[in-house]
Amino acid sequence: MLAHPGTGPGGPRVRLGHPRLSAEPRLAAVTSSVKLAGLAELAERTEEGHAGGLCPAPADLFELTRPEASLRRLLHGLPGVDQVGAEGRAASLATRSIKAASKLWAIDTAISMLDLTTLEGADTPAKVTSLCGKARRPDPSDPSVPAVAAVCIYPDLVPAAKVALAGSPVKTAAVATAFPSGRASLAVKLADVADAVSAGAEEVDMVIDRGAFLSGHYAKVLDEVQAVREASRQACLKVILETGELSTYDNVRRASWLAMIGGADFIKTSTGKVSPASTLPVALVMLEAARDFTEATGRAVGVKVAGGIRTTKDAIKYLVVVNEVAGEEWLDPSRFRIGASGLLNDLLMQRSKQRTGVYAGSEDWSIE
Amino acid sequence: MAFSRFAYAPAPESRSAVNIRPSYGLFIAGEWASPLDGGHFKTESPSSQEVLAEVSSAGPEDVDRAVRAARRAYEETWAPMPGKERAKYIFRVARLIQERSRELAVLESLDNGKPIKESRDVDVPLAAAHFFYHAGWADKLAYAGLGPDPRPIGVVGQVIPWNFPLLMAAWKLAPALATGNTCVLKPAETTPLSALVLAEIFEQADLPPGVVNIVTGDGGTGATLVAHPGIDKVAFTGSTEVGKHILGALAGTGKRITLELGGKAANIVFDDAPLSQAVEGIVNGIFFNQGHVCCAGSRLLVQEPVAEGVVEALKRRLATLRLGDPLDKNTDIGAINSPQQLEKIRELAAAGEAEGAERWSPACQIPERGYWFPPTVFTGVAPGQRIAREEIFGPVLSVLTFRTPEEAIEKANNTTYGLSAGVWTDKGSRALQVASRLKAGVVWANTFNRFDPASPFGGYRESGFGREGGRQGLSQYLKGALDG
Repeated sequence: MLAHPGTGPGGPRVRLGHPRLSAEPRLAAVTSSVKLAGLAELAERTEEGHAGGLCPAPADLFELTRPEASLRRLLHGLPGVDQVGAEGRAASLATRSIKAASKLWAIDTAISMLDLTTLEGADTPAKVTSLCGKARRPDPSDPSVPAVAAVCIYPDLVPAAKVALAGSPVKTAAVATAFPSGRASLAVKLADVADAVSAGAEEVDMVIDRGAFLSGHYAKVLDEVQAVREASRQACLKVILETGELSTYDNVRRASWLAMIGGADFIKTSTGKVSPASTLPVALVMLEAARDFTEATGRAVGVKVAGGIRTTKDAIKYLVVVNEVAGEEWLDPSRFRIGASGLLNDLLMQRSKQRTGVYAGSEDWSIE
Repeated sequence: MAFSRFAYAPAPESRSAVNIRPSYGLFIAGEWASPLDGGHFKTESPSSQEVLAEVSSAGPEDVDRAVRAARRAYEETWAPMPGKERAKYIFRVARLIQERSRELAVLESLDNGKPIKESRDVDVPLAAAHFFYHAGWADKLAYAGLGPDPRPIGVVGQVIPWNFPLLMAAWKLAPALATGNTCVLKPAETTPLSALVLAEIFEQADLPPGVVNIVTGDGGTGATLVAHPGIDKVAFTGSTEVGKHILGALAGTGKRITLELGGKAANIVFDDAPLSQAVEGIVNGIFFNQGHVCCAGSRLLVQEPVAEGVVEALKRRLATLRLGDPLDKNTDIGAINSPQQLEKIRELAAAGEAEGAERWSPACQIPERGYWFPPTVFTGVAPGQRIAREEIFGPVLSVLTFRTPEEAIEKANNTTYGLSAGVWTDKGSRALQVASRLKAGVVWANTFNRFDPASPFGGYRESGFGREGGRQGLSQYLKGALDG
């Protein structure tokens, strides 16, 4: 009788790796990358150790064959993040000062990176329609202002948004998977996604199961991301980590990798419903992760920051971090997004100040 | 540094914050005096080669005047004064430094060449912090664990370097004043201005005449000062070569002495380190203040499994460093302080290449005027090469690798110096274990070049002896019951 498939007559055959993971060519790329040599070696060492006769007890072997265990090795093998150091670096980048001409460029870029958001229980088709008007033409008096990247709403309002955005380049993004808590069964989450996608959402903002993540059930988190990925093949998938609930930068980095392995097109900081939402050091850690993943696998992943970004000054600080940490390639709506609502009017006000030299009153900008 | 679309603005701090006088005298007995038997010299800005001011050079008679003024102030005013009264003056100095911080920061960047973000965020606030910290000690010396009634030593001769002109003055003066000593301070020849503004601050604070005297000049002035028979203690920060010389000259004189000299610090990165922050720490360790730091992490020891990745990440990071106008708030790397220092850095970097190490610098534009050296990394460095053994005192990093913690410790300690070291690991036990075996006065774990007035700083072996900061620093300026 074999106690477990992992212990054959030829000695212990230890299978490492999530079955679905090993099928993915990009994981091979991940583990063979020089950057992540530490990861690959860790896995190899473990394997050699077992093959070389340091025979673990059957219980351990069982443990090793679980996808959970290999995932944990991968994520915990990522270099740690030193909190003091990461926050210090973010603070030093926040002191950069920008050329006036670049400021105008930065403001327009920030506008084009915006996911103009309304996520209230009180949202109505009318409210979404007026927001979409703003998204298409942020400043009706000035056609040179670019449109925003997307409008971010609840799935049931997607039809209204699709009508209002018809013929414009602005995408419709729907938060799905029992946003914002994510506390529902996978079936319910997938139905939520299917609903959004069938109504025409071009982008899906999903949340990860933070409870599962924090209790170490990484495979469950990954399975869900992959299932949502499957259910929204044509859409741009943004995976919300809700970093305010993950509490450590190590967790932020691990969740970033988990989401990217699961197929995220963007990793996103927060729902905006939990405090703290996005912070500069969190963005820095996620940008490093996206940069490293892109370098290791060749598949570009973007970052979306959301929550609490209200002023042009804040937005420009983020762009400086993007520029210096991930690089210029990320200064593009295909690789960096800002989820916000009130920020747009501040950007418009600063834009007109840059062009005309004087501040307009806040009542000059419409409130949707 | 090609930020084609996203360019940082030159954000120069205004020079109008500082009002440099055309010429400065010597600050003796609370007055500005012309040199009796000295002369004058010019101090220039290393970033523009512009002459900033004419400064007096103190001759032997001037030094003698200063020492006698300090003696009189010691005997008549400062030593007899109760600690709580001394504290009031020192607190006042600390507050005035804060009030004039912008002026001091701009002046320091002009005279020294360091980026304004460092003079503004590090040098000046830390200088104020040293005065605040030691002011707090002045009336509590009996509780410093140095005996029930510790007494001052007398007149102290202090000679300081050009890399942190104001901060080094604060490190020297604050503990000496708090403990009741009086001082004759000799600032470095190339960076005298911030110490002279400090003299103005002493005037503003009504510090009794003669408690601090500032005599500017070159090495000759310093030699006269330390050799003066009226000096009870010498405190020197500078090169190991000069330190040895002073130690020889003082042998048998009975003068007390503390020396803070050179270094060739190892910055050890283990494979489990928080690598992104380690890269920041490496950059801060060697490129802070253009590498003009005695405790600079000039030898990077990186564990082999992560060596390639770390060097790659380091190069990517260095490509974003901005070299240029020290007064620009976006500048990361300023000017080399003097042509002599630039020559020394060039010579050692050339030796590194000649000895077979691989040299790399990011593409960066070097300004036409002034003294500049690009951030430079040497890989494939062998422990025997000059760039792995000699202090370069410039923005030049030598990268070596190791396999085991044992090897890292052995290589880190394989130097004639012993001032500082860094350890990067996520494993607390390893950080402590390695730190306890490193022969260095300061060991930083998962950070580098952090300073605090409460933390004693000083070296082993050819990095000198004596400590500055903390209770240990106080003890260097006090006589206990057993000292007679």
